[in-house]
Amino acid sequence: MITLTDFLFISAGLFCTGIFIVLSKRNAIQILIGIELIINAAILNLVAFGKYDKLNNAGQSFALFAIVLAAAAVSVALAIILNVYRQYKTIDPNKVERLKG
Amino acid sequence: MNIEHILFYVMGFIAVASALVVAASKNLVRSLFMFFVTLFALAGLYVFALADFVAITQIVIYVGGVLVLMLFAFMLSGKEVLNNLQQRNSRFISLSKVPAILVALLFAIVLYNAITKAQPNDLPWIKASAQSGNVIKPADNTINNIGVNLMTRYLLPFEAVSVLLMMTLIGAAHLARKEEHKII
Repeated sequence: MITLTDFLFISAGLFCTGIFIVLSKRNAIQILIGIELIINAAILNLVAFGKYDKLNNAGQSFALFAIVLAAAAVSVALAIILNVYRQYKTIDPNKVERLKG
Repeated sequence: MNIEHILFYVMGFIAVASALVVAASKNLVRSLFMFFVTLFALAGLYVFALADFVAITQIVIYVGGVLVLMLFAFMLSGKEVLNNLQQRNSRFISLSKVPAILVALLFAIVLYNAITKAQPNDLPWIKASAQSGNVIKPADNTINNIGVNLMTRYLLPFEAVSVLLMMTLIGAAHLARKEEHKII
């Protein structure tokens, strides 16, 4: 029997890796990958707890919602990254310092 | 230690290890493809949590949609980004990464303590649902129940997500279009 604790430890590892990627990378796309890792760690927790809710299926339903929201966020973020690249010719967040192009 | 445990730990190890490779690699394309591996391993973990529909959705949306979108963004943002990245120093631990490692380790310690102290297997509601048979069994068909619940109990969040999806569709198309004249 696989217990809840195993799932929680794996998701904690993914979360910490995601935090590290977000804080250390100098490329907007890689930072986006880190954010996706954090979201996936949260979804793994939702799914693992959703096993104990057969009637309402709350965990799995909200895991689906979270996946859809993450996909929507990625599409908007990539559009913004493309615009930033067009303006600044770089996607390093440290070098983008003016709000008004 | 049966085959189920071994497969579960192999999947978990692949997920965390490929995430670490994503963190360690300098090459953007390599980290993108290792992220691909992470997503597949996570889909396998969802199957072990008896959520097969979520696993299929993960593969279709993340691997089919999000990753292809990221590859497109990478290709459109030119190759000087890649050259820039490869010229960096090749040491894994440089001074600028120390704060990030510190914060990640602190989060790891906090999460480890929280998980071991909370003891999620002994939570009251989990014990109650295990006693009343409210646990998903491996032979159960959950997709039927998910569909019924999405249309009845979770109708409001479902509609909110659909409206938000349409908003992001319009917003992304508006942001990514070629501008004829600068508005700024």
